[in-house]
Amino acid sequence: MATAPETSARVQQAVDSSDKRILLRVEGLKTHFFTDEGVVQAVDGVDFEVKRGETLSIVGESGSGKSVTSLSILRLISRPGRVVEGRMIFDGEDLLAKSEEDMRKIRGDRISMIFQQPTTALNPVFRVGAQITETLNIHQGLTGEEAERRCIELLTMVGLPDPASRMNQYPHELSGGQCQRVMIAMALACTPELLIADEPTTALDVTIQAQILDLMREMREKIDTAIILITHDMGVVAEMADNVIVMYAGQVVEYASVRAIFAEPKHPYTVGLLNSMPVLGEVREELAVIPGTVPSLINPPTGCRFASRCSHRFEKCDEAPPMVALEHGRKVRCWLFE
Amino acid sequence: MTTVPTSAPADPNVLLEVNDLKKYFPIKGGVLRRTVATVKAVDGVSFAVKRGETLGLVGESGCGKTTTGRTVLRLEKATSGEVLFEGKDVLRSGSRQMKLLRRDMQIVFQDPYASLDPRITVGESIAEGLVIHNIGSSAERRERVREVLGRVGLHANQMNRFPHEFSGGQRQRIGIARALIMEPKLVVCDEPVSALDVSIQSQVLNLLKNLQREFGLTYLFIAHNLAVVEHISDRVGVMYLGKMVELAGRDDLFREPLHPYTKALISAIPSADPTTRRDRIVLQGDVPSPINPPQGCRFHPRCWIARDICKEQDPAFEEKRKGHWAACHFAGEF
Repeated sequence: MATAPETSARVQQAVDSSDKRILLRVEGLKTHFFTDEGVVQAVDGVDFEVKRGETLSIVGESGSGKSVTSLSILRLISRPGRVVEGRMIFDGEDLLAKSEEDMRKIRGDRISMIFQQPTTALNPVFRVGAQITETLNIHQGLTGEEAERRCIELLTMVGLPDPASRMNQYPHELSGGQCQRVMIAMALACTPELLIADEPTTALDVTIQAQILDLMREMREKIDTAIILITHDMGVVAEMADNVIVMYAGQVVEYASVRAIFAEPKHPYTVGLLNSMPVLGEVREELAVIPGTVPSLINPPTGCRFASRCSHRFEKCDEAPPMVALEHGRKVRCWLFE
Repeated sequence: MTTVPTSAPADPNVLLEVNDLKKYFPIKGGVLRRTVATVKAVDGVSFAVKRGETLGLVGESGCGKTTTGRTVLRLEKATSGEVLFEGKDVLRSGSRQMKLLRRDMQIVFQDPYASLDPRITVGESIAEGLVIHNIGSSAERRERVREVLGRVGLHANQMNRFPHEFSGGQRQRIGIARALIMEPKLVVCDEPVSALDVSIQSQVLNLLKNLQREFGLTYLFIAHNLAVVEHISDRVGVMYLGKMVELAGRDDLFREPLHPYTKALISAIPSADPTTRRDRIVLQGDVPSPINPPQGCRFHPRCWIARDICKEQDPAFEEKRKGHWAACHFAGEF
């Protein structure tokens, strides 16, 4: 194990809210799903910012609202779901106020997304190359040979072997890692300002994951793309993120720089999450456990949503805790820090 | 043919012994459904599991770890090879002896959503094995179900509920209860926690460890997550393209891997510490197809220490150090 210089440079840029380079500011985002069983408050009052060139990681378990948050930013929530409240200021303009027509221009051009299942995110009946040239055609007006040349360039950039013949293949002829490379090539086709990556390596084997993470890092350095990286894998967070948001039951419970969150997690849920994870090279007899399960989001507890599983619980926790601001721009939603 | 990587066959400490196990799947094609190719999912794997230990099997998708587990239990018919459970030949047992053997050898599956019958109560699901083996009266069986539910951390009064009423972690506990009620000696755990969230995963891992201590269970623990395998295993085997490439005690394997694939695999795991970075060996390319595995050493096209001999000669699986087996011409030379 060695401390890479790149890592220490990354760690030094701690949370700094005075930065003028804010690309996206999400304020009071609420996305609810109106189902027969009741209103599922999947995202319930989420605030955060992403600066240009920053990698912000959103961490949480199933049902924490991390994927719904990202789909809300792209306005890809469909019925019975709806963004019911909030603002999403992207480069000075509220995405919620945009027409569907304008959104279509932004998606894929200024904001791109890569998904967890690369094999299902690609259209199975079109050749890989056609899917990339389509993006180039819509957003950059490239056609024919010009588009093809750019397509080969992109596929070369993401390290797909033999790109000229690969682009004539169908998604099923490629492996999972190769499909994810194609997805990244598509996402990068228009040098987006923001890349939303939802569990981009979860479906891949570790040796392939290493290749894809390296690729994303390289892209970030080359084109200064901001990345929202959604994942449940704390190892991926440690390796990629500048700052981290921890989500629990539809709310942000903690925000800090990557170094701070690992060195000194504050929220009892973050602490529990880090302790319950087996770490390679650190063998413990017993893993720490967070008892119980995530509460239902149809009728979430009125107080702290984590209280029923928390070992620090006290009377105050029956009331909903505010987001408490700590030093260095850190924030935590917990009464212990009031 | 390779030899068994532990003590002599008569060793009473050995619960399960697998010798040169092979499982090939035919690929049929054409109008006549002729076999046009074979997938060599497991291609000559040998290992032994001692009583009371956990042997972890790791590897990436398609390396044959799951097929190995299933073939050992005869859930898949082996192409060739030998599986001995307490000295009894599993692959050639008649149906009566096999039924007896199955009581002692249980399995916990990966997907807690797909492995329980949605139409019967979990109590019935858990008692199924007892019914098949005609054990106890129905009242006794209910009592056993109550007991086992308590052991896996569920409430006895939940036995009349249906699988959809439970969360993923609870369903995995039910899966464990199903195995446990038979009082098995060996439990094959096939990716038992990979479908679960981190906080639930640790609950299930702790449960498995506690049950092992309490009932002296032996586990064959199959998983792709190295940190999980390191946590739970006493010894670990690493598979690549249908072959066992390395097998050693947990600490030896993780601290001093001898096979270049193991080393690359370990180095690929993101370090959970933002201030350090592992010296990463990024393997080029994808795992080759098991239909036409590379000649010589199967790892050679992706190996960074490969030399000419690796292209021609398949390295033998040998004991390089005491209790530390590897299949590599240049084991540890990096």
